[in-house]
Amino acid sequence: MTMKREITVTVNGQQYHSEVEPRTLLVHYLRDMLDLTGTHIGCNTSQCGACVVMLNGEAVKSCTVLAVQADGGEVTTIEGLAPEGGLHPIQEAFWEKHGLQCGFCTPGMIMASYQLLKRNPNPSEAEIRKGLEGNICRCTGYQNIVRAVQDAAERMRTGAAAPVGAGE
Amino acid sequence: MGIAAMIGSPIKRREDPRLITGQATYVDDIKLHGMLHMAVLRSPYGHARIKGINTEPARQHPGVRAVYTAADLKGVVGPVAIAVPLGHIEKGMGVHGPLAEGKVRFYGDPVAVVIADDPYTARDAVDLIEVDYEPLPAVVDVEKAMQPGAPLLYEEFGTNVAFSLNPPSDEMDRIFEQTKADGGVVVKARLVNQRLAPVPMETRGVVADFRKSDRTLTVWAGSQNPHLLRDILCGLVGLPQHQVHVIVPEVGGGFGSKIDVYPEEMIASFATMKLGRPIKWIEDRSESLAVATHGRDQIDYIEVAATKEGRVTGLKVHGISDLGAYCQLFTDVIMIAFGFPVSCGAYDIPVHLSGDIVFTNKAPTDAYRGAGRPEATYVAERAMDLVARELGKDPAEIRKINFIKPEQFPYKSSAGAVYDSGNYLPALEKAMQIIGYEQLRAEQAQKRAEGKLMGIGISSYIEICGFGPKGSAPVGLYESARVRVEQTGTVMVYTGSSPHGQGGETTFSQIVADEFGIPIENVMVLHGDTDSTPEGRGTYGSRTTAVGGSAVYNATQRLKEKMKQIAAHMLEASPDDVTLEDGKFSVKGAPQKAVSFADVAAAANLSNTLPPGIEPGLETTVFFEPEACVFPFGTHICAVEIDKDTGEARITRYVAVDDCGRQINPLLVEGQIHGGLAQGIGQAMCEGVVYGEDGQLLTATLMDYAVPIAKELPTYELDSTVTPTPVNPLGVKGVGEAGTIGSTPAVANAVADALGVAHVDMPFTAEKLWQIIHQQQ
Repeated sequence: MTMKREITVTVNGQQYHSEVEPRTLLVHYLRDMLDLTGTHIGCNTSQCGACVVMLNGEAVKSCTVLAVQADGGEVTTIEGLAPEGGLHPIQEAFWEKHGLQCGFCTPGMIMASYQLLKRNPNPSEAEIRKGLEGNICRCTGYQNIVRAVQDAAERMRTGAAAPVGAGE
Repeated sequence: MGIAAMIGSPIKRREDPRLITGQATYVDDIKLHGMLHMAVLRSPYGHARIKGINTEPARQHPGVRAVYTAADLKGVVGPVAIAVPLGHIEKGMGVHGPLAEGKVRFYGDPVAVVIADDPYTARDAVDLIEVDYEPLPAVVDVEKAMQPGAPLLYEEFGTNVAFSLNPPSDEMDRIFEQTKADGGVVVKARLVNQRLAPVPMETRGVVADFRKSDRTLTVWAGSQNPHLLRDILCGLVGLPQHQVHVIVPEVGGGFGSKIDVYPEEMIASFATMKLGRPIKWIEDRSESLAVATHGRDQIDYIEVAATKEGRVTGLKVHGISDLGAYCQLFTDVIMIAFGFPVSCGAYDIPVHLSGDIVFTNKAPTDAYRGAGRPEATYVAERAMDLVARELGKDPAEIRKINFIKPEQFPYKSSAGAVYDSGNYLPALEKAMQIIGYEQLRAEQAQKRAEGKLMGIGISSYIEICGFGPKGSAPVGLYESARVRVEQTGTVMVYTGSSPHGQGGETTFSQIVADEFGIPIENVMVLHGDTDSTPEGRGTYGSRTTAVGGSAVYNATQRLKEKMKQIAAHMLEASPDDVTLEDGKFSVKGAPQKAVSFADVAAAANLSNTLPPGIEPGLETTVFFEPEACVFPFGTHICAVEIDKDTGEARITRYVAVDDCGRQINPLLVEGQIHGGLAQGIGQAMCEGVVYGEDGQLLTATLMDYAVPIAKELPTYELDSTVTPTPVNPLGVKGVGEAGTIGSTPAVANAVADALGVAHVDMPFTAEKLWQIIHQQQ
């Protein structure tokens, strides 16, 4: 059997010391070893984007990153996007605009939107549709996802970014 | 001040907080102590004999707990369930056990399973199993499969045709002759609805846990119907119903592919019963594309006759349904039971139907968003455009001439279905007005003069849904609702519906909140657990609100009556004089004399102040069985432009006017239509399962099976008309599948119009359109 490797990864602000096989995918490490099951697996060829997380400030498809590649790095998953008990403006916007139905693509879609808005705080509809080309949704037909990202952009631009209680 | 009405409000969903924070639990998120992991060895061949299987190397691999083949399951696990076996299927054709025995008949056919300590080890061990295959010639073209000399999947039957329907056509032939004699036209076409993969973003999965001490089995599965799963599974693994508990957690989409009870659920149950440890199996995407039931795959030969004024006098349809290699739950009846009855579409025309259902070396087909109705609608809508083209008339005019008129409802169609209510002309006119039809035709003329390719396509669809009344299936498709009013006036609703993205928790809460006049936050809707909702039928066929919602509504009415009795006692009035408004029971004409909903709830549950003759508690279970199906309808209009140099088709406008009866939550209705449009447009533009001649699946990953992404879809313009149904107390129809059913023909009609040809088969890839353009030049 292959020798396991020791890695140290900071996920959602918390540091973990773990032993993983070199072939362990980051998404499996997050889901199975750290019990952070908000990040989902939707395909096996990096097409669908359900597994998107932030790694060292950039959105990556965690199904195509090995856990050992995250050694010494910082990961943010959907569970770490908002302050405790609150919601990030992007989460708020997806809720308001009905930007999700079954919810399976949603964590990856929200993390991809987070990166999109970091790079382009005022995207056009065409820029949003192009910017989310790495994420597949089968339920919404995308129209309300576009509306959600536009709404999130406005919330973040106007600084209405105070966390809202998650139950409201 | 009154509480704002919930029904009709586009409120945001109650489901979302757990979904947008990653806190929802899907099957793969479930971890049980001692859980083992299952992986499946599948056939790499489309058709082959199994000469031998050596599982020893896999059994020896460290961390492997068991390896099973068909021999281990024989006599212990029953065959995959079939609802209505037609023709030869009744005698065993297409019937299969959970693992292949003697032969594999499609790429992905399960051959063996490995149970191991972790998923990586299970996959490693699957690769160690040695199977000695003798490849056989395969047949993947359904018409070739019907030819003498074609490779046979079931040699003992001497044919690949399971069943044929060939009623005499004398009367229709007479109509066609008469029409021709009167100077009318007859147009023929061969229409193909290509094979599709459902591609829910969450693949299938199951966790099965057997407790040996009392022989109880608990199964978590991504299913659209927990109760059907329980009822079918218990028979297959030899356990009585009350010892099988099914829990459906969050489900990441289904679209019909999570209705059936599949081999993997059966084998996982068998494995946990043998090993006494929980077993988890999660499908990967390539397995899903190969094995999760495919949709459509139907060829229709049509002939349509019309007077020179455009009145269609008759429609002949011969459908060939490609079943794939095995029959699963509804595989054999999709075309005949779900599609054929609505073959005349929105039109008052006689139809003659015939067909064949045939096995081929491909994955089994079954319900996929629309299930039979998209194929039937495609026939009716293409027929209308073919007639328009033949006569040189506007396709909108042809539709107006042939629509069923409002005074004809309930309408008994020649194809079998009785339509509940409808008013087709206003939807067509509204769509034409929104898209600016006249200007669009003028724009088209202008663009054509400039040598550009622009097309406009109309689809005035109807569909049948809300299953269903007695006799619509071998088991009654009623729905259950158990409603409890608790001590403090909060309300629990347990529904037998099983929403997986449709927002049923929100819609049902709105109904209850309105009926009781209480804040929506005081209502909790639960579903999916057969312990708390012992009976139900699930979510598919656009039935959740029409059937499940009606059950919830009827339950609230029953409880309201009892609460009125109790309130009357508290108010010292007659129950007939008591009304419920804004959450208060009061005496008519004396509103100051009132007791709150919560007061009555407390009295009922605490009992001490109840009058004699009234049983404590406020709980009721309703089983609602509709007397008929419901028929949503609408008109979609699509404008496309095709680039002559690349063949790329682009949708420039898409207008959808849909009528699903009364709308409980317009925001959710829109969402269902958006999603339906994406899948219908996807079929038209880019999707299609492709097999090689030898049965190799060529579209086995999402690199090859093109699911539409955001930049490939247009912005939809939606509107609606509202024609309530008399079939249920809410007046609601269904909307889950309507977008898919209506959109595919709209796009197909637009592309044919753009190219100026009679017909083009889907998908409208750039390469295909470029070839047509190139040949025209």
